Order: sequence, then C-alpha cells, then structure tokens
Amino acid sequence: MNIYFDLFLTFAKVGVCTFGGGYAMLPILQREVVEKKGWATDEELTDYFAVGQCTPGIIAVNTATFIGYKYKGIPGGVLATLGVVFPSLIIITAIAAFLSNFADIPVVQHALAGINAAVVALIAASVMKLGKSTLKNGAAIAVFLCVLALAVFGRLANFDTGAYGALGTALDMLTSPAVLIVLAGVVGFLLYGGRKGGEGK
Amino acid sequence: MIFVRLFFEFAKVGLFAVGGGLATIPFLQDMGVRTGWFTNADLTTMIAVSESTPGPMGVNMATYVGFQTAGLPGAVLATLGLVTPSILVIIIIAGFLQKFRQSKTVDAVFQGLRPASTALIAAAGLSVALSVLVTVGGTAEHTFAFRWPAVILCAAVFVCMRYTPLKKLHPVAFIAAAAVIGAVFQF
Repeated sequence: MNIYFDLFLTFAKVGVCTFGGGYAMLPILQREVVEKKGWATDEELTDYFAVGQCTPGIIAVNTATFIGYKYKGIPGGVLATLGVVFPSLIIITAIAAFLSNFADIPVVQHALAGINAAVVALIAASVMKLGKSTLKNGAAIAVFLCVLALAVFGRLANFDTGAYGALGTALDMLTSPAVLIVLAGVVGFLLYGGRKGGEGK
Repeated sequence: MIFVRLFFEFAKVGLFAVGGGLATIPFLQDMGVRTGWFTNADLTTMIAVSESTPGPMGVNMATYVGFQTAGLPGAVLATLGLVTPSILVIIIIAGFLQKFRQSKTVDAVFQGLRPASTALIAAAGLSVALSVLVTVGGTAEHTFAFRWPAVILCAAVFVCMRYTPLKKLHPVAFIAAAAVIGAVFQF
C-alpha cells in the first residue's frame, strides 16, 4: 500500500476509535502506531504529548502531525492530521444534518456511559505501559509524583473561579499542564544537562 | 465571505487554545457572542454531541459549528482552520527537534518532560475516572457514591486487557463491548 495512504488511513482509524479528548486516543495510538506500524516508540509518544500539551492547538491534532512528520516529513504531517479529522467530518456532518438530538437519545447516553467506563480502564493500562519506559529511576518517579499531585490538586481545587483572589490565579497557573511541562523540562535540564550523556538511559 | 471567516475564526481557536478539546470551549463561547453564528444553548448541544461521537472532541466541535453555520463546506473549512496552526507550529518544532536530537541539552530536557507528560496523562485519566465512576454531591453536599456498574465494568475491562489473553484484542473491541453493555444494562 502507498505509504501516504497508509498514514492517512491509520490516523483515520485512530480518529474513529477515539472517544473524548486527546488522551483517549493514547491507547489506540499505542496499538496502531507503536505496536502495529512501529512509526514511534512509547517514549516518543510521551514526548509528543508533552510538546502537544504546551504548544498551540489541541493535543490530538498536534500528536498526529508530530508522528506523521517524523515518519514522512511535511506531507506525512499533513496527511496524518487530515486522517485524524476525516472521520469527525463524516460522522458529525451526518449527525448534525439528521440527528441533532443525538446526544439526548437514551440508548446513546447509556452506551456512552459504558464507553467512558472502558476508556478509564484503557487510559489506566496505557499509563502503566508508558510508565515502564518513562519511570526508570528515582528522579523520574519523583517528577511524576510531583506533577501528578499538582495537576490533580489544580483540577480538584478549581483555582480559576476567582474565589481565591490573586493567590488563586497564581496557583491556577502553576497547576496548568503547560506550566508543569515547562517546569519539568527545567528540572530535567538541571538534573541531567550538566553531565555527560547516557544518564538515566 | 462566510467561508473565509469561518476558516480564520477557527485558525484563531487552533492558535490560542492550548491543550485538550475542552480548552476550545471558552474561545467558542466568545466566537458565538461576537459572530452570532450560534447561541450558548446551541453550544451546549454541540459539546454534548462532540463528547458522544467518535473523534477528538475539539475537532468534532469545529466540524459541528462549521456545519451549523455554513453547511458541508463550512464544516470542512472550520476543521481545516482548526488544524492549520497545529500543522505549521508542530512541523517547525518537530524539524527543530530532529536537528537537535543529538544535543545533550535537548535530551536532558526530555528526560524531565517524559515523567511529567506521563503524570499529566494519568491526571487526565483520574479526572475522567472521577466524573465517570463516582457521583459527587447528590442529596447532601460533600457526599460521594460509587457508580457500581461503571466501576465493575471499568475494573473488568482493565483486568481483561492486562492479565488475560484478551489483551491481544484491539482496544476498540473493549470500547464496542462496553457500549453494548452500557446500552443493554442502561448505565
């Protein structure tokens, strides 16, 4: 099969299988792109999510562009991205045209509740797989725990409601994914940047 | 012209919304108010549909808004608008990273990023888990109750895909099975 067509089709498959935000596509990416096609490794996926997290654009699209570009340059990046949005175009257009009450249909709601429960399990399994390749030493585990605690704390506390004043605004920024990623990059630089290569591998 | 405008309005969303699909919502609210293309009530429907259909949520929202505003060409242009900034920015960054792949500094930075990225994915998973597996509030404030059917299904899927031969199945098989179970047992 033509490589570009293969890229498009694979990412269209990823698009169809994703329910929810960009994170929900991770288990599908691991299966299709890492295990089946070998276009990226688990480590590279975490890199793409990290960069996608703090660059403009939604994560799902950023990740698709990244993988496509790495595999086949600019045409690859464009085709992977077009592939990931293609199913949305068809499905959403059909639903908007014929079934605008789609989300209110009881069967849809029940099925979606089931899907969401499965997606939680899929993400958990994916994170455990990623952790195997990204959490190999004490420093990495420490960074993981700190970021996890801050991110969860930030989501639960809802600092952006204004109820906490200026301190709330500061805490809201500190616990935002983009800022946490940048801070972790600085920590990585401080920990490993000054030494000769090969650390932590 | 509406098509050009749709493209650029969504390119703006793609450029300024950083993160997952939910990050696009404030920008869409603002767009609705400025352009009059859709009301806040319309937006609520669009969010519900985007969440309950396949495809990344942010992309679904762009397609939906584009279609409601200007039909199929609108859907295509809004979606292309949303992804154009990503394509440009990521290609520049990916090119840069490829060039400096051998650099020890870039390598050191990514050593720090990887555990953080893993943690953010875990945190996102936890927040989905919280909204799907437990009910907060209810009759009294500060109470929470497990939604047992969802908890059991989630645990079953997790065990099946990690510890049984079923782990060879494609993840979408579990999603499809969960959809059927949810529909049959009225989750």
